[in-house]
Amino acid sequence: MGIESALGEGFFTTKIDSLTNWARANAAWPMPMGLACCAIEMMAFAGPRYDAARFGSEVMRFSPRQSDVMIVAGWSTYKMSHAIRRIWDQMPDPKWCIAMGACASTGGMHRCYGVVQGVDNYLPVDAYVSGCPPRPDALLHALMKIQDKIKTEHSVLLDT
Amino acid sequence: MSLELNDTLQGVVDGLSSEYSEDLIEVYQSCDHTYIRVEAKNIVDICSYLKKKHHFIFLSDVIGTDRYTSDERFEIIYNMMNLRTRDRLFIKIRVEEENPKADSVTSVWKSASWMEREIYDMFGIRFEGHPDLRRIFMPEDFEYFPLRKEFPLLGIPGSIELPNTTPDTE
Repeated sequence: MGIESALGEGFFTTKIDSLTNWARANAAWPMPMGLACCAIEMMAFAGPRYDAARFGSEVMRFSPRQSDVMIVAGWSTYKMSHAIRRIWDQMPDPKWCIAMGACASTGGMHRCYGVVQGVDNYLPVDAYVSGCPPRPDALLHALMKIQDKIKTEHSVLLDT
Repeated sequence: MSLELNDTLQGVVDGLSSEYSEDLIEVYQSCDHTYIRVEAKNIVDICSYLKKKHHFIFLSDVIGTDRYTSDERFEIIYNMMNLRTRDRLFIKIRVEEENPKADSVTSVWKSASWMEREIYDMFGIRFEGHPDLRRIFMPEDFEYFPLRKEFPLLGIPGSIELPNTTPDTE
């Protein structure tokens, strides 16, 4: 009942990196960090019309311990930044981060004393999405970019 | 400018003129609202008089303003409503820049508590007699008052802490 029955008498070879990257890229579960109106677009991204399930990202996990991609959707105040960083630190490696929208990327129109001017001040952001708020397709594009990035990663040290 | 007052507000102006004539500074109207500026020292008495005698039982907002003038720099505006006749009234007081403080009206309206905390947070005006005068928006250890005119729009770099990005080294 294993893969042997499907393959018959033959076998195939691959790299362990390719296999893990393939698995990781197609099951990047998001950690929704909805802080403002971008969260509404993020819901559309997960919903049936735009359908993040096509990319294996339909499982919005509200527990950081089960998620791979944090989507920071909205503006982050200095007070909130401590909570966001704490959730980020609780996510298991490997993990990726999308700064969704102008506010999460640069502070956006909230150019004032209470708002962090871009979440990259305290998070390692992999993909920035422009727009205020971005359309769900833009977020899907960012997710596909993250998938491309995952597929080029080397997680197993090669014995050279 | 002549005033166009309805019965309730006319009653307020007449009542304040007779009961608190020494504290009354000016009465004017702007944008369909009536503003009364009074001396700061008797604000609690005036507010409780308005609430008890003129039924202004709902304090809908308390606003702080930085006028950025050399004398009487800050202004506090009490926005109250008479829920029987649905009339709105604004009472204003002014406070000095040096050691700014005013009497708390929490003894008249409980709802003033958070509004006065907000004004303290943003302008640094202390309210005497407030039950729990702490910052409400900014972190407890923040040293500045952000809505004062001299405070830079983007804040003072390093005045609010960002999270530690290398938790393993803690």
